[in-house]
Amino acid sequence: MNSKLTRRRFIKGVIFSGAAATTGAGVYLANAQSGAGAAERLITMNINGRSRPVDVMPSETLAYTLRYKLDLTGTKIGCNRGECGACTVLIDGVPNYACSVLTHNVKDKAVVSIEGVKSADGSLHAVQQAFIDENSPQCGFCTPGQVMSAVALLNSNPRPSREEVRAGLSGNLCRCGAYEHYINGVLRASGQIA
Amino acid sequence: MPSHDVMPNMELYQPVQVEDALAIADRLAERGWLVGGGQDTYGWLKDRAKSADALIDLSAIESLRGIRETADGIEIGALTTLTEVATSDLVRGSFSLLADAAGKVASPQIRNIGTLGGNVSQDVRCWYYRRGLSCYRAGGNLCYADTPQGMNREHALFDQSRCVAAGASDTAPALVALDAYMVIQNSSGERVVSAQDFFVGPANDIENTTILRPGDILTAVRIPSAWANADFYWEKVADRNVWDFSLVNVAAAFKVSDGRIQDSRIVVGAVQTTPRRLTDVENAIRGSVRSIETAESVKEMTTTGARTLAHNGFKVPLMQNLVKRAISA
Repeated sequence: MNSKLTRRRFIKGVIFSGAAATTGAGVYLANAQSGAGAAERLITMNINGRSRPVDVMPSETLAYTLRYKLDLTGTKIGCNRGECGACTVLIDGVPNYACSVLTHNVKDKAVVSIEGVKSADGSLHAVQQAFIDENSPQCGFCTPGQVMSAVALLNSNPRPSREEVRAGLSGNLCRCGAYEHYINGVLRASGQIA
Repeated sequence: MPSHDVMPNMELYQPVQVEDALAIADRLAERGWLVGGGQDTYGWLKDRAKSADALIDLSAIESLRGIRETADGIEIGALTTLTEVATSDLVRGSFSLLADAAGKVASPQIRNIGTLGGNVSQDVRCWYYRRGLSCYRAGGNLCYADTPQGMNREHALFDQSRCVAAGASDTAPALVALDAYMVIQNSSGERVVSAQDFFVGPANDIENTTILRPGDILTAVRIPSAWANADFYWEKVADRNVWDFSLVNVAAAFKVSDGRIQDSRIVVGAVQTTPRRLTDVENAIRGSVRSIETAESVKEMTTTGARTLAHNGFKVPLMQNLVKRAISA
């Protein structure tokens, strides 16, 4: 084996390989297959503070894995192309569209979905409670994404201005047009209105 | 579980060293597809408008991330996210033009994962091309956009050559204005080209928007200090403030002394496939004061040579007014 290509690098380097083991390609593909073969699809995800093993296709999106493999259906798929924000989750604390991230990209990272924002005792996150108090959602489909963006915003900026809230939630569409209510909710959650 | 898959199945490589990525890219050649943040890629694959046998995911290569000071300016790893570019003290400090442009791309979530390398390498925006139709750019022999019924409101004013699609990048015009250099590696070595030469229009290559070829990886962007702390102007006009691509944007840098423009670089985006540098305007305003009168004097020159399509005529006054604002600001 080439000294530059350690087993660890092979394993990190090859997630999944199809049947197309050709010469030249062999150094990567053959090793992956002679090792654990399709087992590379089996990864352990850190989701909402728990480690969960899951079998993931190479081109599978995080939104798909969350909803259809892990049964975490709080994450909504609206447009499925990064244009609405309903699927927003936190990856290492940063809001991202779960529909536009490969699950294999997050296997070394901590993912928090809407199911993971409440406290251990089951009480709602301040953002969730404030959204209820402000009647922020109308139809509610975009709400999980709005909550995730708001949680990320308040983690980095505990007392945002109205303009900063507007910017912080700007990657989340609400077709009901309840934006002002969501903004009020974030300001309430940050203790700026009561 | 839904009966459909989101994207077709394919191989996925996740190298952690750039040498491994280069070897895989070289071996797979046309069969491979480089992915940074994937924000352009996944749309193509989900729509089945383009396909690849294997994805080469570059996002785990730490050496391609980050912003460093160099002997002459800064170097930004191609995998650095647009959020990092927009908020970096190094970029904000001396090259705020690029930070402003990066901060206006798409939406916060897309900037959190979308990369600088991906933003400059993304494909053009044309409804027909993205729909997977067999147009000139897709290897066919007609253009669906440049027709009387074609939806071409977002399309190009200049340098049309069979294809009339406009470039979509917000950071590309800023990088051309800053006279940046692109560092490209492949299995046989490294080459460095100016941002201006990195982008290619349809007259030269109708199927690509950059000089990148299979096996090439854009590894970094270097911004020399020549235009550091110049007087910058950035403005993007789009239908919505979030998500939408530029209808027209302008990135400009001015060196002013004794109240007069010593030198300038004015670059307009989304009016042709490549960033359009307005060299004639730059020459015409040299030695003048930055004023509304100077701006008015070059207004017509700004759009000389424009050929409007059925629905994009509004881009001519829009471009003139954006350049006017840049010069007079």
